[in-house]
Amino acid sequence: MKRTIPVLIASVTGFVLVVASFVPVAESWGETAMIWFDILASIAFVIGAGNILKVCLKKISDRREGWGYALVTLIAFLITLYVGLFKIGVNPSEQFADRPWSGDYVANGSAFWWAYQYVYLPLAATMFSMLAFYIASASFRAFRAKNTEALVLLTTAFVVLLGQASFGDSITFFLPAELQFSSITSTIMNVFNLAGNRAIMIGIALGVVSLSLKILLGVDRSYLGSD
Amino acid sequence: MHHFLSHLDRRWIFLLMFLAVAIPILTGVYFPVKASPMARSVFKTIDDLPEGSKVLLAFDYDPPSMGELAPMAQAFTRHCALKKHKLYFMTLWPQGPPMIDRSIAVLNKEFPNYKYGEDYVNFGFRPGNEGVIKVVVTNIKELYETDVAGEGLDKIPMTKDIKSVQDLDLIVNVSAGFPGAKEWVQYAASAYKKPMVAGTTGVGAPVLYPYVPDQLTGLLGAIKAAAEYEQTIIEHYPAQKANKDTQEALRRMGPQDFAHLLIISLILVGNWIYFAGRKQG
Repeated sequence: MKRTIPVLIASVTGFVLVVASFVPVAESWGETAMIWFDILASIAFVIGAGNILKVCLKKISDRREGWGYALVTLIAFLITLYVGLFKIGVNPSEQFADRPWSGDYVANGSAFWWAYQYVYLPLAATMFSMLAFYIASASFRAFRAKNTEALVLLTTAFVVLLGQASFGDSITFFLPAELQFSSITSTIMNVFNLAGNRAIMIGIALGVVSLSLKILLGVDRSYLGSD
Repeated sequence: MHHFLSHLDRRWIFLLMFLAVAIPILTGVYFPVKASPMARSVFKTIDDLPEGSKVLLAFDYDPPSMGELAPMAQAFTRHCALKKHKLYFMTLWPQGPPMIDRSIAVLNKEFPNYKYGEDYVNFGFRPGNEGVIKVVVTNIKELYETDVAGEGLDKIPMTKDIKSVQDLDLIVNVSAGFPGAKEWVQYAASAYKKPMVAGTTGVGAPVLYPYVPDQLTGLLGAIKAAAEYEQTIIEHYPAQKANKDTQEALRRMGPQDFAHLLIISLILVGNWIYFAGRKQG
């Protein structure tokens, strides 16, 4: 029963969506199925939050290595949840001025907005920006033309890097337009990259069709986990 | 020299990268940008729509990719407003609503005549990834009964007669990954033959090229394409040149150009060290 019902739900929903794609009359069935999916996706946020709590609390109580980071995560999570859920600092919306909780949780000036703008945003942007330093270091130490394949990769990267820079064409100004870096980059992206990606996409699509059929027919049940 | 370079502390490289990015930011220097056919195609798709067309602006990105995508999103918003299109904002990313707010700030600052509910509306975020797309392409109000402010869509002038994304004239998506442009192509643009243009990060662009030009009429990849798009807007709307905000991506090309130059130099030096070392045995 524990496995049969989920398989049945997946199978029926899957077939409904397939039918809804091809039969216009059944379009509304597909909509209903997708709304259920969206509701489940919303519940997944709650499960995810519960999982963070569980993992962090366990790590802290066991005093496992890095438990301090788990504590920081937990405190940040609880503060964010509190200010967002209780709409701290949120003014009522213009349409419903008489209702204190009618404003948007992320409205300008709210505590959640403040945490987003002045904590999350700079931290997230900084983490991403750090990549530039690691790429620079890697390009100096690791990007070597050790064999033919590496040489091809290196040459392509070289051309694309120059093609993605504004000064790329200035270096090759004396050459015909089709031999300038931006044109060669365009050819690499539109011919070689496109052909490779299209082949991969078609391969993936065929795999998805095959796997979907297995799931719909209940042959593949690996998505249910091992219990 | 070879010994010095082969034992170079990585912190010197970090310092060089810092300078390569910081100096152009502080001086505001950048090289002139020439618009590519792809950027022109994106521009043409939006510009050729009749005034007042309905455009969905789906902004699926978050702060880590903001540096690359925010100028693109703002340029799309500005261009649509210059054409007096009706704008419908939404996002599939939980971190996306403040990204939409930044584009709405462009409207509030540069287009004070743009009225909320009459010229633009913000649907905000709904969880469900591509599941949201699958619903809104057939019935928006099944999933969005209200806008972000809690106003019923049936009461908002520009949404009361809209049933689904099929009633809109163009999909514009700015995406940093999943869910994003690929899902919009698969579940909306391709399935319902809606014209669509997209903007994405440099690493996200290669996987979207197979969709151009049939499913995507144009694709902007990375900050260079955003700069080219800004350049095209300035060429067609010369009054925009006086507005410094229209050159955000162009300004960001300065640090990118110098960083690229540094990386190319480092690759060359690194290979010289490698081959010189091999020659010496």
